[in-house]
Amino acid sequence: MTESPATKPANGDVCQRVKNGLKPERNGLLKSLHRCHERQSKHHCHPEEEEVHAASHHDSLYSRPFIESFEETPMLVAVLTYMGYGILTIFGYLRDFLRHWKIERCHIAREKEEQKDFVPLYQDFENFYTRNLYMRIRDNWNRPICSVPGAKVDLMERASHDYNWTFEYTGRVVRDVINLGSYNYLGFAENFGPCADSAAEVTIKYGVGVASTRQEIGNLDRHEDMEKLVAKFLGVESAMAFGMGFATNSMNIPALTGKGCLILSDELNHASLVLGARLSGSTIRVFKHNNMQSLEKLLREAIVHGQPRTHRPWKKILIVVEGIYSMEGSIVRLPEVIALKKRYRAYLYLDEAHSIGALGPRGRGVVDYFGLDPRDVDVMMGTFTKSFGAAGGYIAGKRELIEYLRSHSHSAVYATSMSPPVVEQIITSMKCIMGEDGTTIGCDRVRQLAENTVYFRKRLREMGFIIYGNEDSPVVPMMLYMPAKIGAFGREMLKRDIGVVVVGFPATPIIESRARFCISAAHTKEMLDRALSVISEVGDLLQLKYSRHRIQPSMARPFDDNMYEDIDD
Amino acid sequence: MASGQQWVLVEMVQAFYEAPAYHLILEGILILWIIRLLFSKTYKLHETYKLTEKEKEDLIEEWQPEPLVPPVSKDHPSLNYDVVSGPPRHKIIINGKECINFASFNFLGLLDNDRVKEKALASLKKYGVGTCGPRGFYGTFDVHLELESRLAKFMKTEEAIIYSYGFATIASAIPAYSKRGDIIFVDEAACFSIQKGLQASRSFIKYFKHNDMEDLERLLKEQELEDQKNPRKARVTRKFIVVEGLYINTADICPLPELVKLKYKYKVRIFLEESMSFGVLGEHGRGVTEHFGVNIDDIDLISSNMENAVASIGGFCCGRSFVIDHQRLSGQGYCFSASLPPMLASAAIEALNIMEEDPGIFTDLKEKCKHVHKALQGIPGLKLVGEPFAPALHLQLEKSSGSRDSDMQLLRTIVDSCLERQVALTLARYLEKEERFLPPPSIRVVVTVEQTEEDMEKAVHCIKEAASAALK
Repeated sequence: MTESPATKPANGDVCQRVKNGLKPERNGLLKSLHRCHERQSKHHCHPEEEEVHAASHHDSLYSRPFIESFEETPMLVAVLTYMGYGILTIFGYLRDFLRHWKIERCHIAREKEEQKDFVPLYQDFENFYTRNLYMRIRDNWNRPICSVPGAKVDLMERASHDYNWTFEYTGRVVRDVINLGSYNYLGFAENFGPCADSAAEVTIKYGVGVASTRQEIGNLDRHEDMEKLVAKFLGVESAMAFGMGFATNSMNIPALTGKGCLILSDELNHASLVLGARLSGSTIRVFKHNNMQSLEKLLREAIVHGQPRTHRPWKKILIVVEGIYSMEGSIVRLPEVIALKKRYRAYLYLDEAHSIGALGPRGRGVVDYFGLDPRDVDVMMGTFTKSFGAAGGYIAGKRELIEYLRSHSHSAVYATSMSPPVVEQIITSMKCIMGEDGTTIGCDRVRQLAENTVYFRKRLREMGFIIYGNEDSPVVPMMLYMPAKIGAFGREMLKRDIGVVVVGFPATPIIESRARFCISAAHTKEMLDRALSVISEVGDLLQLKYSRHRIQPSMARPFDDNMYEDIDD
Repeated sequence: MASGQQWVLVEMVQAFYEAPAYHLILEGILILWIIRLLFSKTYKLHETYKLTEKEKEDLIEEWQPEPLVPPVSKDHPSLNYDVVSGPPRHKIIINGKECINFASFNFLGLLDNDRVKEKALASLKKYGVGTCGPRGFYGTFDVHLELESRLAKFMKTEEAIIYSYGFATIASAIPAYSKRGDIIFVDEAACFSIQKGLQASRSFIKYFKHNDMEDLERLLKEQELEDQKNPRKARVTRKFIVVEGLYINTADICPLPELVKLKYKYKVRIFLEESMSFGVLGEHGRGVTEHFGVNIDDIDLISSNMENAVASIGGFCCGRSFVIDHQRLSGQGYCFSASLPPMLASAAIEALNIMEEDPGIFTDLKEKCKHVHKALQGIPGLKLVGEPFAPALHLQLEKSSGSRDSDMQLLRTIVDSCLERQVALTLARYLEKEERFLPPPSIRVVVTVEQTEEDMEKAVHCIKEAASAALK
């Protein structure tokens, strides 16, 4: 009972897999969990304890290999990146100086004359970054599109004659750009097919607005139908939907926790979760990204020491994590989080904005991916924007939770309820994924997405790019590092008709600028191959193939763990 | 001197010999005791505080958290929603009964407008439903740009920015400008989304009494004195006044001309939330600024949702580019959220078209508001709150029956019996524990252009009868 022979090798096993040339601090594992369980079992020896024990060791924690990598930034690259920012900053100051003395023309919108003596609305340094860094590469964002955001997309061509301060639309359309930017994981961004058809029907019957809140007179029968379906889809008792994914987090966390509660939040959590936690008035502590040691340490400390100053015990502890982290491409270590949450009696808030539909053999998100019981997650949150091609978000869980939210959610009381055609899109796309429409389209798409993801990631890795995140995550961040390469990569890709998303500071750490590809089930192999060859071409042009773990292209070899033994060292 | 010392020593030795044995033994023990104390381990204070692993485990074992959510009683008044089957238009089916709609904020009747539906449908055929991304990452559609420029043109401002959720509009706009250390002066009756924006901004919040300009001036003067004391701090402390055009909670209008005067006198910026007045007040539906003939450039930021008069989804902010453009990088609800589905944007554009083509719709609405306002006067036991031109009025109890719950119960019976007679009304819902200043319980009466004279007569009649039955 006190000794568990399986523990040690299991622990080591997972450890080794993730250790391959990675930043160790990103991959903290549950080291002490076993120790704690052993002690616990010593104290009171129930037969149930045995089960907990068995369930919590790593072999059964992970039903599949958990391979996640964050290759270290090469030293030279890091130095050059900092130098790049240094030069940009020096030039920024120089140009601010020139603008100040009116030597360079100033394009910035000005304060109204009558209000010149007001306290300035913006501090001068606040916009230094925008003025001098962002403005240089602004053409890589907000690119307007004029078609379905599907696998291929039409962009409105725009030109700037004043170095990106203003844009002019040329009236031409750049057609059939391969779209690696939209979160269209399952390809439900469509203007034809059953989803669009039934949404059209509903538009004619219902109109687009509701003009009231759920609690007043905006609770349509379709809303209730959708919520029942969402609950069924997720395998939970009950669910509630809201009109905006961002607001689902920021308006419902305050309903769940308050003063005297503790929120343990992953350091890379989305802005909406951070805002929600802040609005709740709870104490917030941040643990290292996906690092279970860090989380456990915080949990133990919190329970042992209680609230700061008063030392009263916390009313409750809520762990807030995301399924897939959209900038990192990593998947939450859910089995370990659940083990910790059970051990320390904390509650778990899981934001599946990117993972719902996109992960798991049945498309049910990260819970399905790990083969876990959805009842172990106290609050399941997700959005309809991405995989379902609609808009809004949901919260699902136990009946009591949803009943409480129905009566206390800010959104239910004060915000207009969801647009009927959007609701219809959710219902039809979800039924399609569940196979309730009598076809296998949904199933096929889920499988296709998984295949595309594995293929795309593998090929990029073989080309020598540094790719972050989990092998199974359809969000694929590719490191660019240097600020000049952010703009260059985006532009060169668009020149070759591929639309990509590039991100830099402040969305990422200052030296970790990256491009992000979002794989979709709608991408055909030809599209992916074309995209890959272009990425490789641009990668050579811009010298982006940073990886020092070169692997030989191995098309014939099965994609398995052995490959990673090879790249090690 | 040396001999003197020697003498002392001799004396000591002598005394030693003369002393009784028990004395010597005692002193010897004492000396040994001192030595022991000197060499014993120092006593560490914090060591006793440090918990052993076992104690920690016990503490962890002992800790029992509160349940995630407190249980909600089955008959909680806001747990069971009224179910609307079919479209929420003028004739609305609530809990299976067809009623005339006096509850949806569909002021201009655009929700059921065929032109709007057609445009939405055309957009759906072109773009699909969702946008699959935030504005920055391929979530900007040509219709978004069109809607933004149309809104700016409609409001006669330099720029407009759209959000995908009405509630998030002002709640994101306020913290984009006002940060920690800044000061915001707010009307007590401000709606909940303003309150959330204030909270997110982490600024100092100073509430003034509802529509009381003297109280506001008092606060501004106080602040002026404070600023004179510390001019260095004052130079970087931004100050804002946040008001609503038509207050959703009280259905009255803010004294905008006076506010503008105060703005220039005390150098404070004004943010105006117009969800209830946009597309309602003014000759062309431009809202409170047009109603009072205030220059729109004097207002730093106007925000409104597109969910009431426009009958679509989402919200917008408009004003000078200097102000508005900042939100494109700093408005959290703008940057981090998926953009508005293009079909909803198209619907909003068509709604603007209709509003521009036929400004008569606003006069019509105003007439109807006045009519209802007049007809609802003098119901025994109920008092009507709101301006005659406000489209969403409140009927409150003249005299509280004792507790908020029983008041709500009483009003609910009135609403229910109106529902029975096919007039759809609703209680104004609030989160009672979360509101900064909780408005008294009330029944909401919403006037729309679709209501005919007959409908209004019927509604007023129903309310009167229900009230007299309930408030006997």
